[in-house]
Amino acid sequence: MPAAPAPEGVAEVLVVVGAATYHRRSVRKRTAFPMLEGVRVQPIISIRQLSKTYASGFQALKPIDLTINRGEIFALLGPNGAGKTTLISIICGIVNPSSGSVLADGHDVVREYRAAREKIGLVPQELTTDAFETVWNTVSFSRGLFGKSANPAHVEKVLRDLALWNKKDNKIITLSGGMKRRVMIAKALSHEPRILFLDEPTAGVDVDLRRDMWVMVRALRATGVTVILTTHYIDEAEEMADRIGVINKGELILVEGKTALMEKLGRRQLTLQLQAPLVRIPEAMSGYPLELSADGLQLVYTYDAQGESTGIDVLLRRLAEAGIDFKDLKTSQSSLEDIFVSLVRERA
Amino acid sequence: MNIYAIRSIYRFEMSRTFRTLLQSIVSPVISTSLYFVVFGAAIGSHMNGIDGVSYGAFIVPGLIMLSLLTQSISNASFGIYFPKFVGTIYEILSAPVSAFEIVAGYVGAAATKSVALGLIILVTARLFVAFHIEHPLWMLAFLVLTAVTFSLFGFIIGIWADNFEKLQLVPLLIVTPLTFLGGSFYSIHMLSPFWQKVTLFNPVVYLISGFRWSFYGVSDVSMTISLGMTLVFLLICLAVVWWIFRSGYRLKA
Repeated sequence: MPAAPAPEGVAEVLVVVGAATYHRRSVRKRTAFPMLEGVRVQPIISIRQLSKTYASGFQALKPIDLTINRGEIFALLGPNGAGKTTLISIICGIVNPSSGSVLADGHDVVREYRAAREKIGLVPQELTTDAFETVWNTVSFSRGLFGKSANPAHVEKVLRDLALWNKKDNKIITLSGGMKRRVMIAKALSHEPRILFLDEPTAGVDVDLRRDMWVMVRALRATGVTVILTTHYIDEAEEMADRIGVINKGELILVEGKTALMEKLGRRQLTLQLQAPLVRIPEAMSGYPLELSADGLQLVYTYDAQGESTGIDVLLRRLAEAGIDFKDLKTSQSSLEDIFVSLVRERA
Repeated sequence: MNIYAIRSIYRFEMSRTFRTLLQSIVSPVISTSLYFVVFGAAIGSHMNGIDGVSYGAFIVPGLIMLSLLTQSISNASFGIYFPKFVGTIYEILSAPVSAFEIVAGYVGAAATKSVALGLIILVTARLFVAFHIEHPLWMLAFLVLTAVTFSLFGFIIGIWADNFEKLQLVPLLIVTPLTFLGGSFYSIHMLSPFWQKVTLFNPVVYLISGFRWSFYGVSDVSMTISLGMTLVFLLICLAVVWWIFRSGYRLKA
C-alpha cells in the first residue's frame, strides 16, 4: 500500500514502503541519506521508459527508468552529451519526450503539466537572464509566472539567503557571473518549489561561491526540497549527494547511494613507505596484488575493503619474515572521480 | 487559468515599453506626424478632397493604420523573439502556463502598446489636420481588432524568426509596402479598373477602408466586408498560433 503524502515542508520520514528503487535492476534499496538511515522515503519523481530521439535521428536518451526520492540530493553525472540536460529538460517541459512518462509529485508532466510544474524549479546551465531588468523585478516575474501571488516577504527572504538583497535594484547586466548565477537560483526558488533542478550550478563560479551554494543546497534539503543536480565536478557530487546516477550515451548505467557506491566500487589501497629501496618484489610475495614504485621506496597493496579479510595482517607478517621494514603506512580509498571515469570507460 | 502568469508577462512587456519610451512611442509618433505635416498640412492644402473629405483628413486613418500594423508586429515579434534569442524562454516553457496564457500576455501587451500609440497619433494628427469621427465606437473596435490581429501575426513572426534580419523582413518588405499600396494615401477608386481588382487581393485595403469608414462614413469596400476580412485574418493567425504550440514549432525540441 503506497504511503500517504506528507505535508509540504516536512521532511518525509515514512516508516514503510516507497523504497528507493532502481527499476532497471528491479532491486529495492535503502536510502543513503545519513539522516534518514534506517527509514524509507517516498518517491517524488518517477520516470518510466523515458526516451528521446531528436528530429535529426540522434537518440539522446535510451529508455530510462528512475525514481528520485522526496527530500534527497540526487547527483546526475555524465560526460558532455550524455543526456543529462535532455533528461532534465523533458521533466521540466522544455523538451517533448519521444516515449515514456514522468510523474512529478504524482502528476504526469505532460497531461497534468500545471500541477507538476508548480512543484518544480529549474536553474539551467546557461546564464540566461533578462539583462536590463532589476534583480527584484525578474525574481518577482518568475514568481508570478509560476502562478503565485505577489509575496514581497518571500522574495526578500530568497534574495537575502542568496546574498542578493543589496543588489535588488541593480540591473542584471551590471552583476558579476557569480551574482547572475545566484539570480537564476533566486528565480527558481521564487515560487517555493518542492523539487529543484540545478543543471551544472557551479560551472564557472569561484571556490567561495561553490561552497556557498553547497551550503544553500543543504539548507534547502533540510526544508524538504528535493534537489537534483548535474555536475562535472565529481567532488561536488561526492560532497553533497545522497545518491548518484551515472548517465552515458543516453543510458543510465548506474544508480546507487553514494556511500554504497563508493564502498562497492571504491578500491582501497595500503601504501607502505619502505626503510630501504627494493629492486623488485620478492618471489615469496608474488601472490599479492602489490606494486612497487619506480624508486623502490613505496609498496602499494590494493585490497577489497568489503571482503571477509583484507589480508593486511598476513601481508605485514610476510613482509616482516622477508626482512622488509617500513617506516610509515597509509590507507586510501579511490575517489568518486576514479569510479566515474572507470564506469564511463567501461561502457565506451 | 493562471492569471498571475498572464499579468506577469503583460507587466514585464509593458515595463520594457516604458524603459524604451523614445523608441516605442516617441519615435513612431514623430515620424507619423511628419506625414501629417508634409502630406496633410503642406501638400494636402493644395489638393482636392477625396469623397468629400479634405486630403489631409483623408490620409489620417491610413497613416494611423500604418503605424498600428508595423508597431503591432514589431512589439509582439520582438517580445517573444528576445527570450528565444537570450535563452530566457526556458522559464516560459517550464512554467505552469497554457498556450492561451502565454499568448494573452505577449499579444495583450503588444496590442495595448499599439492601441495607445494609435490614439496618441490620432490626437497628434488633430494638431495639424482638421477631421472628425463619425462612428467613434466602430473606430475603437477597428483599432483594437487590428492591433490584436497584427500582434498575433507579429507573435508568429517572432516564433518563426531565428535571426534579427528575419524579424524585420516581414514588417519592412511586406507590411509597409502593402499599407502604402492599400489606400493609405488614395482611394482605390482612383486606380484603373484592372489595378482596382489587383488591389482587392491586398488584405490591408480592407483594414484601411473599414477604419476610414468609421471616421467619415465613406469607404472603398463595404464596412461589413472589411470587418469580415479582418476577422478572417484573426482566425487564420489564431489557427497558426494553435498549431505552433501544439507542435512545439521552434519552441520545443
